[in-house]
Order: sequence, then C-alpha cells, then structure tokens
Amino acid sequence: MERLELELPSARSAAAGGAPVVVGVVASGNLEVLVERGGTPDRCRFEVSTSVHGFGAVWRAVLEDFAARRAVAGLAFSVNDAGATPAVVTLRLEQAAEEFLGAER
Amino acid sequence: MSPPGPPVPRRSYREASARRRLLGVLDPGSFEERLGPAERATSPHLAALGQPVAFDDGVAVGAGALGGRRVLAASQEGAFLGGGVGEVHGAKLAGLLAAALRERPEAVLLLLDTGGVRLQEANAGLVAVSEVMRGVLAARAEGIPVVALVGGGWGCFGGMGIVARCCDAVAMSEEGRLGLSGPDVIEETKGVEELDASDRGLVWRTYGGKHRYLLGEADRLVDDDLDAFRAAAIALAGARRPVDLATLSREHHVLAARLAAHGAAADAAAIWTALGVADPDALALLDADEFLRDVAGTRREAR
Repeated sequence: MERLELELPSARSAAAGGAPVVVGVVASGNLEVLVERGGTPDRCRFEVSTSVHGFGAVWRAVLEDFAARRAVAGLAFSVNDAGATPAVVTLRLEQAAEEFLGAER
Repeated sequence: MSPPGPPVPRRSYREASARRRLLGVLDPGSFEERLGPAERATSPHLAALGQPVAFDDGVAVGAGALGGRRVLAASQEGAFLGGGVGEVHGAKLAGLLAAALRERPEAVLLLLDTGGVRLQEANAGLVAVSEVMRGVLAARAEGIPVVALVGGGWGCFGGMGIVARCCDAVAMSEEGRLGLSGPDVIEETKGVEELDASDRGLVWRTYGGKHRYLLGEADRLVDDDLDAFRAAAIALAGARRPVDLATLSREHHVLAARLAAHGAAADAAAIWTALGVADPDALALLDADEFLRDVAGTRREAR
C-alpha cells in the first residue's frame, strides 16, 4: 500500500456541518471516498491509501485539479483505492462532494 | 379503459450498494448507522497483508424503522471482497445481534450478499460466522424475529448460507442465490461432471430463489426490486419459527423425506416436475407474480 497526504488550497465550501458521507466501493478499478469536515477554512485535505505504487504525481495532478475546480475548502477526503483510473477517481470525488454538500443546500 | 401510464421504473436491489439497499428497505430517513465509515473500524488483517481496506469493512449496521416498527438491520457490501466475512465485519454483525438482546427491537433484518468467510482472514472469519449463527439463534430464542434478505450479486454462500437458514424467514429474488458450497467450489472439488459452474441456467436452477422457494427454503420470492424486498421484509418481520427440539426434529424429517423423494434427481427441473410444475422450462422466464401464480399449490413446506 502507498499512502499520500496532501493539503491543497480551494474555494470555501458552501456550508458547515453535515454528517460524513461515503461513496464508491473498494473493488478492482474502483475506490471509496469518505468526506468529512476537516482542513482549514481555505484548504482541503486528502488522505489517499492506494494499492498501486508509484503514481504519486498523477494523484497530485488529479487532486489539484479537483481542489481548484470545486469549492471544497474545509473538507477532508479520505480515499481507499484499489487501482482506479484518474477518470474514475475524479468522478468519485465529484460524487462525494455533491452528496456531502448537496445535502446542505 | 384509461391508457396505461409510463411504467414505474424499478429500482434494482441487486444493483444497489449495501447502504442504498438499507435506505430502500427501511422507512425513509429512519436508518441510523452505528460504527459507520467515519469511525474507520477497518480490518487489521488486510492492512497486515498490504491489501486495501474499506472504512466500514464491507458491512453497514444500525437501527431503523420498518413499516413503523423499530428494527436493527445489517447490509453486506458484496462488491468489497465478495461480501466476505472478516473479523471486524463479523464482529459488527455479531454485535448487532447482541444489541438486539439488550434493545429488543421488533425484528432484525440481515441483508446478506456474501460468498462466506473472507479467505484473507479465514480463522478469524470462521469464528465470526459461528458467533453470528449463535447470535441469530440467541435473538430468536428471546422471541426477536430475524429475517434474511438475499438478492445481491454474490448471493449467500458458505457459513453465511447457514446463517440465512438459521433465521426465522428468508426473502429472495430469483437472481439471489442461496447455498453452502458455491458452484465454482463444487466444480473445483468434484469435477465439471458434477456441476458445470459456467452453465448459468443450471446454476440459477440449482441455487436461485425460485428453486429455494419451491423447496420451501425461501419464504418469499420477489422481483429484483427494492420496494418488493421492502414489502417482503415488512410481511416477514413478524414471522416467528420456534427454536425448539420439536421444530428441529420436524425439519430433519422433512429433509429426510426430500432426500428420499428427490435424491436421484439430476437437475432441479426434475424436482419441479415431480412437485407437479406443469412446464418447468418456462419457470425461469416468469416474473415473481407469474411464477407464484404458476406454482401455487406445488410448493413444499420445509419447516
């Protein structure tokens, strides 16, 4: 297993509160994303645990893109990955943000 | 006659995740998860093996309401390691059943989707499954009905297949399969002549919900639909099967009679013919309502 931890700048997320949300499942080519409150008011936090070694630069690129595109500061994303492709990772992160923030709208 | 409206879309039980199944079966908004993903009760064995863990170890447990009645419920995630029961996963199931003794809910629902023990943590998993069996029987002995729902992609096999049949009642879809050794295991150990695991029709005839229903091992046969499973769960939540010697003796008697009557049958279809089903070949194509109409009166009482 390889572990990555990142704190990235992002725009402030919609609202406070909200129960933790998990989306996806740990299965081949898939991943689960747990979203909770965490990080600081202007940054979001990522903790990635992946079964595939040596893709730190790709993870960083995907997570930086996500943090720049979505207003997710103040949120912490924890990931258990079983070899998902970058596109699948992006979709799961979007889904996680949507379910967590959507519930607060 | 008014023109038919657009068909009401079914929400597949089989395609839903473990949590979505719980949300669909229980009263809306009633599920309160315990030891949820944020608690990170993950498998130490998988971590030691360098394998990915799941935040909930592949099972969601908690309390909710079912048709207004307070219940405890668990739902296994088949997509995570085939719903395999590891130590933490099993402890969550056993813990839920232990909580039932204290909290006395009106029923316990087990949404099973599992190949049995998780091989990566075999010994701990085996112990856990035996604790779950004991927990089911302890709850039932206290008069708390335990109901199993089987309609996931992995069916319900191994020790958890025994757990399902230890429950007061079982609701299944045709797609949900119930058994002890799965088709691949039988082919591997006994040879392809005994059971060709790649023959999907044979596998479904042997393990599928319709066969289990006709043999009396499943109490309800429902379509692959969340609302249908919910209705079955509501109907079965009050079902009680006494946990006593007389009931067990009767079941043994029924099993012996079944073996005598059908032990030589080479295929489930031969059993259906013997039970009086007019057109066994057609059964696989019928939806639940048509099937139940067709086989009315031919079902055996296994209990």
